[in-house]
Amino acid sequence: METVLTTHFADERYRFIDTYRGFGGYEALRKAISMPRDAIVEEVRKANLRGRGGAGFPAGVKWGFLPKDMSRPRVLVVNADEGEPGTFKDRRIMSRAPHLLVEGLAIACYALTIHKAYIYIRGEFVREAGILDEAVSEAYASGFLGKDILGSGFDLDVTVHRGAGAYICGEETSTLNSLEGKRGWPRLKPPFPATIGAFGLPTIVNNVETLSDVPWIITHGGERFAALGCEKNGGTRLVGVSGPVQRPGIYELPADVNLRHVIYDVAGGLRDGKKLKAVIPGGSSTPVLRADEIDVNFDIESMAKLGTMAGTSGVIVIPEGTCMVRALRVLMNFYAHESCGQCTPCREGTGWLRKVVGRIEAGEGRPRDIELILDLCDNMMGRTICALADAAAMPAQSFLWKFREEFDRHIRDRKCPYGNRF
Amino acid sequence: MPSLTIDGKAVDVPVGTTIINAAEKIGIEIPRYCYHKHLSVAGNCRMCLVEVEKFPKLQTACSTVVTDGMVVRTDTEKVRKAVTGVLEFLLINHPIDCPICDQAGECELQNYYMKFGLHKSRFALEDKVRKKKVQDIGGQIVLDAERCILCSRCVRFLEEVTGTRELQFFRRGDHSEISVFPGRPLNNNYTGNLADICPVGALTSKDFRFKCRVWFLKAFPSVCTGCARGCNVEAFFKGDILYRYKPRVNEAVNRAWMCDFGRLEYKKANNARLLVPFVREDGREKMMSWGGLLPQVAYRLKDAVEREGPDAAAVIASPQSSNEELYLVRRIASDLLGTKNLAFTSRVPGDGFSDGFLIRGDKNPNSRGAQLLRIPGGPAFDELVVKIAAGKVRALLLFGDVLGDLTQEETAGLLSMVPFVAQAGTNEGPVSAVATAVLPIASVAERGGTFTNHAGRVQRFHAGFPPRGKAKDTIGFLTSLANRLGAGWAFDGEASVFRALAATEGPFAGMSYESIGSLGQEAKG
Ligand SMILES: Cc1cc2nc3c(=O)[nH]c(=O)nc-3n(C[C@H](O)[C@H](O)[C@H](O)COP(=O)(O)O)c2cc1C
Ligand code: SF4
Ligand code: SF4
Ligand code: SF4
Ligand code: FES
Repeated sequence: METVLTTHFADERYRFIDTYRGFGGYEALRKAISMPRDAIVEEVRKANLRGRGGAGFPAGVKWGFLPKDMSRPRVLVVNADEGEPGTFKDRRIMSRAPHLLVEGLAIACYALTIHKAYIYIRGEFVREAGILDEAVSEAYASGFLGKDILGSGFDLDVTVHRGAGAYICGEETSTLNSLEGKRGWPRLKPPFPATIGAFGLPTIVNNVETLSDVPWIITHGGERFAALGCEKNGGTRLVGVSGPVQRPGIYELPADVNLRHVIYDVAGGLRDGKKLKAVIPGGSSTPVLRADEIDVNFDIESMAKLGTMAGTSGVIVIPEGTCMVRALRVLMNFYAHESCGQCTPCREGTGWLRKVVGRIEAGEGRPRDIELILDLCDNMMGRTICALADAAAMPAQSFLWKFREEFDRHIRDRKCPYGNRF
Repeated sequence: MPSLTIDGKAVDVPVGTTIINAAEKIGIEIPRYCYHKHLSVAGNCRMCLVEVEKFPKLQTACSTVVTDGMVVRTDTEKVRKAVTGVLEFLLINHPIDCPICDQAGECELQNYYMKFGLHKSRFALEDKVRKKKVQDIGGQIVLDAERCILCSRCVRFLEEVTGTRELQFFRRGDHSEISVFPGRPLNNNYTGNLADICPVGALTSKDFRFKCRVWFLKAFPSVCTGCARGCNVEAFFKGDILYRYKPRVNEAVNRAWMCDFGRLEYKKANNARLLVPFVREDGREKMMSWGGLLPQVAYRLKDAVEREGPDAAAVIASPQSSNEELYLVRRIASDLLGTKNLAFTSRVPGDGFSDGFLIRGDKNPNSRGAQLLRIPGGPAFDELVVKIAAGKVRALLLFGDVLGDLTQEETAGLLSMVPFVAQAGTNEGPVSAVATAVLPIASVAERGGTFTNHAGRVQRFHAGFPPRGKAKDTIGFLTSLANRLGAGWAFDGEASVFRALAATEGPFAGMSYESIGSLGQEAKG
């Protein structure tokens, strides 16, 4: 299979600019600056590149949202906050191939006439931030960033900005606030970042993986990239498989790869003779699938038809023997802890969900708790400033819908059937 | 102008109007906590959710700008469920403090709770998140973090209005809390407004704390007398005691705010009041009736004029008096006594602090009115003081409780040069301590009239209740005095005086209480 990102990941020295250039690195940037700007955007559009940060918004379309009038400078923000549980792909790109990201963002900036880019990287990614810093310095030293890039007259300044470690700072408008030095609270939309973003300027926010695909698209053309995937999902995706499989890890696979294939062939199936119970397909926020539902392709539309999402393509494999109540409680703890607290349904709803699921797990559930959880989810979803409330409610709903009897048993028997003690 | 329908009612509004304001225009009140007309839109409480045709999700009415042809519904089952859900979320971690909470009775949580008829609590009491209660965070404010619904109004107020940013959010999720930074208490002159804008009992006034249940209070519109801004206020009282001032919205004067000094001005109507007429004879105070004292005052003034000429009498007017009162005072001095010794000063003891926002350096509500009514100020006052000091004044009628910025000793020294000093004042002070005759007059809460603020805006204040003790309405007293000096006036209340004043005083020409209304009107010139 043709790979876009991981081709040279095995090479320890790929993260240094000399090796990267030895494999043809920064030629895409050279090519891009010889192209009309619109043509670059057009290639990305043709590539059917869907945002890899979770929402799957077409990158080329997003780029088109910048105001036509050039009176205000524009900003690019690379979302490298990767905090979604089960997701570890951007981290891999940044540690193995930071120049892919740097080159990709440089091409995007050139195409969109942006002279200032920030890479907002998750606070805990200390090592990756160091690697990125070094890559950015190397790129400056080689004339791929800074003033008059490759003699084109185009200037681009890149700053690596470390977050302080909050999941919510990955939500793009929260990212912008945090970047500005403010509390990481999502902003009310509209206005959208493309009109009023970082420091009040028109801003494009893209995920690390999204931008890292761009050099390949420019080198090989959008159509070829599109052909790697399916109709509406171009290219490949970095699928992260975690849980008790033979070969957990990051795999680059066609954007419409089959989920069963991912788990049983690519990751080698479950280990220690375990049997599959459930799969969270696209990061912890995406609705869970039962073992019998995994014959589905990973493209955004197929997943949506099944009532779930491709999300960040972080596949969490859950084996038989796992208590789904406990699993949900772990997730609910996470969202209650990470809710920024700004808007009512999320602030109070995530905390309440944690408490109710927690008491069911502890054998103190009440007969009406299941209805209560579903009703709370209903009162949270689509009622908030950002999607975190939905991100918390979707797993809760789907766990109850698909594993209802486990919850009922906890409540009825006043204990965990798996013998877990609280 | 986009036109839209809300619950089937059509309304036209200017471009840029949000749904919440469009609805208000046709009398539909959409529930809200975070929205405040005088602050930026935060959209965080989610109480104002409404259905908008063509939008799959409910929209926040406070932040959604209307478009032409928009169809909005605030009364559907979906909206009701959403809003009730939000309210329930707000209540789960709210303490059950109503019986001991000052906000009770004017609490938006209570109000909407009643309106949306919330079912029995589905939340386990023992699960409530506990936060710190009764925190003195500086200024006039006590914070109860448990009662806070995190609407961020206070944070926005301190960011957008005072620019001092003392309050911030701390922690996350349902442990989020409003607080000040350690060692950095509220430090601005507008902290009292925080208690007003807080929709619940999280920020309450130290001054008002536990003083009175709000449902026992009545209110009337008034004007702050703390400085020349003339902030519009609502005065709250029970019996003949004022309990608090709250700002009354007037975009042209104080928007929705008032300063911390002004907020405590009400106390002057309660404390250290002059309540009985008295004379001071050989250093001893002797209580009098109005009937006994008034002829004496008239006689002494007339006597001085008759014996030593009109300039042996003097009148010191007060910029604390209303336009109506000042007009009568001027006529008494000029027309009846015929003295040239008429003056006022805006100076008061203290530093005359001003801040470029609301607080004015002039600590009187009506200096501008005195000017417009041609009462000599500035140098005229100083000249009069010189005359008094030289012993040239034999009878002095003095309004107000202070004599310019003179200290107690200076006041006593100066007034000792005048054989007869009649003071018409409201409060004990340097003047009442030495005056020969003290005429207790009604406080700003006990009489009505108009003040002209620094910008020439004429604003009405009203009597909330009858004068306390034996204090008398100034206009009544001035009319009796004038008539004893031979005037033959038939004024009956401030309205009749204002009519006379408007007929003869250029700056007020054409004005009436109707045209002034509740928000005031600019005088000419
Ligand atoms: C709670 C929350 C957390 C998010 N965290 C991330 C993140 O860590 N990284 C990321 O790229 N996108 C994250 N997103 C999605 C971003 O808001 C945004 O959609 C994305 O960065 C856009 O880039 P893309 O179009 O290239 O995918 C998050 C969204 C939400 C609601
Ligand atoms: S939905 Fe949750 S995380 Fe998002 S803004 Fe509201 S409180 Fe914050
Ligand atoms: S203290 Fe009052 S005004 Fe401030 S956030 Fe809490 S509820 Fe809102
Ligand atoms: S600014 Fe002046 S008028 Fe306004 S409240 Fe303060 S003292 Fe009163
Ligand atoms: S009033 Fe609209 S969200 Fe609070």
